[in-house]
Amino acid sequence: MSAFTGLTLTDAVAGLRAKAFSSQELTQAHLDAIAQARALNAYVLETPEKALAMAAASDERLARGEGGPLEGAPLGIKDLFCTKGVRSTAGSRILGDFIPTYESTVTANLWRDGAVMLGKLNMDEFAMGSSNETSAFGPVVNPWRSFGSNRPLTPGGSSGGSAAAVAAGLALAATATDTGGSIRQPASLTGTVGMKPTYGRCSRWGVVAFASSLDQAGPIAKTVADAALLLKSMSGHDPKDSTSLPVETPDFPAFVGKSVKGLRIGVPREYRVDGMPAEIDELWTRGVDWLRDAGCEIVEVSLPHTKYALPAYYIIAPAEASSNLARYDGMRYGARVEGPTLTDVYQLTRAAGFGDEVKRRVLIGAYVLSAGYYDAYYLKALKVRRRIADDFTQAFEKVDALLTPTAPSAAFGLGENAADPIAMYLNDIFTVTVNLAGLPGISVPGGLDAHGLPLGLQLIGRALDEGTLFSLAGAVEKAAAFTARPERWW
Amino acid sequence: MAIDVETVRKVANLAQIREPEARLEALAAELSGILLWIEQLGEVDTDGVEPMTSAVALALPMREDVVTEGGDAAAILANAPKARNGFFVVPKVVE
Repeated sequence: MSAFTGLTLTDAVAGLRAKAFSSQELTQAHLDAIAQARALNAYVLETPEKALAMAAASDERLARGEGGPLEGAPLGIKDLFCTKGVRSTAGSRILGDFIPTYESTVTANLWRDGAVMLGKLNMDEFAMGSSNETSAFGPVVNPWRSFGSNRPLTPGGSSGGSAAAVAAGLALAATATDTGGSIRQPASLTGTVGMKPTYGRCSRWGVVAFASSLDQAGPIAKTVADAALLLKSMSGHDPKDSTSLPVETPDFPAFVGKSVKGLRIGVPREYRVDGMPAEIDELWTRGVDWLRDAGCEIVEVSLPHTKYALPAYYIIAPAEASSNLARYDGMRYGARVEGPTLTDVYQLTRAAGFGDEVKRRVLIGAYVLSAGYYDAYYLKALKVRRRIADDFTQAFEKVDALLTPTAPSAAFGLGENAADPIAMYLNDIFTVTVNLAGLPGISVPGGLDAHGLPLGLQLIGRALDEGTLFSLAGAVEKAAAFTARPERWW
Repeated sequence: MAIDVETVRKVANLAQIREPEARLEALAAELSGILLWIEQLGEVDTDGVEPMTSAVALALPMREDVVTEGGDAAAILANAPKARNGFFVVPKVVE
């Protein structure tokens, strides 16, 4: 990593404001790094001309002493966010060369605050996946490798491009989205920080829909302070999303570094699962010790319905997906496969346009919503969802936040879990509960395993209490002193 | 409940996805595996539990019934696979 691409977002923004360097220099350094890192397959579209034009405009504003909180900072954008005039695919063939005529609210907020777009980041198709292998553009490769091994590893998913780009210095930070763990699990597998905020904190307008009651945007960044800075710009009430919360956005960066003394931290016993590597258990214990040393009180809590979260999710998310993805009919945008009748066009277009995992979920969704099965599956899952949310409500009567591992394993080999959908789904076992309950969660790197691969710790908070999570994550980050970076091989 | 090939055919039709006959058996096995795993939800006592339909306990906001954006047919048609004279072109639906 060059001096520029090794910067944190926070330091880069400060350097730009102090005129230590220009946005054009900083942006060019990132574009050069991206051009040399195509082996990672992190970007599905590079936008160098747009990046340099935005950087030049930022430099003019900075020269006048103006500019927003992210002025001149080059970022990567997950390809689930619609960007005006720039191809947006959601990692799917069915969107073809879709070029939005509008800008998602989250990205519009970033440009309002002065950020520069480097390009669009690879992801699992429609954000359905935990390894980036369902992308129509092929998998992202994790910049991290096991000691002494050339085996390509997954960066996690679905925001694998976002996580790999940040870990490899191909963006100062990136936008991402999380429906069942798609921000936090890749952050854990790449040694980055990923925050899924409270449902409704970030507008979903212009974000390609997967499961609307679970989807939420958030940042992947190098540090907790960077994640706080980026989330502050991404957040805010938006009348164009009816589930966007009409609340003020707190000054998230101000929470990082605040004392966590006296906070009560819950350790949910149900998150200790069979077959979990001992190293993850040990890291969890270390995390508990770090927070205790920082003055927190540790409380064992129970979330008895945890094991039912994934099966409930695999009814609710596919049901919502099968409804949301009904819009891809080949008529108004995206790819179309011609056929003799309208039904032929629908069915051939969708058969050619959707990948296997997306088809699997659309079929499950159609099945659980179909006549005769709706009550047994869908309604049952919504009731279990309530039970899971109630577990958290009860826990938060006793504690201020929860500490858990983020993922049940370190980065695994590409292709390793591809044949077994349920083995792949189990990657989200510790993250999916948070989506069902609508709560905020953050993954912070805690250390490396014996193979030299990063492992993350997750903190879960009360609704709209991202601030406390940023304080606690800052305390974990400080104690973990995680400075390892992937050795460049690409 | 395990699902059979006939059910997969029906569901694929509902979902408007053309699955080749040769794929149906494998799909039935895959989907049955996932549905059997999901059935552990039956262990949870949900008697009297209100279904959770939204992640936030907030009534959906109402707004004035007025046009906020619109009148931009060119933007709407910009990505159409086929368009003519300000309309989408679709296959014939009425004989």
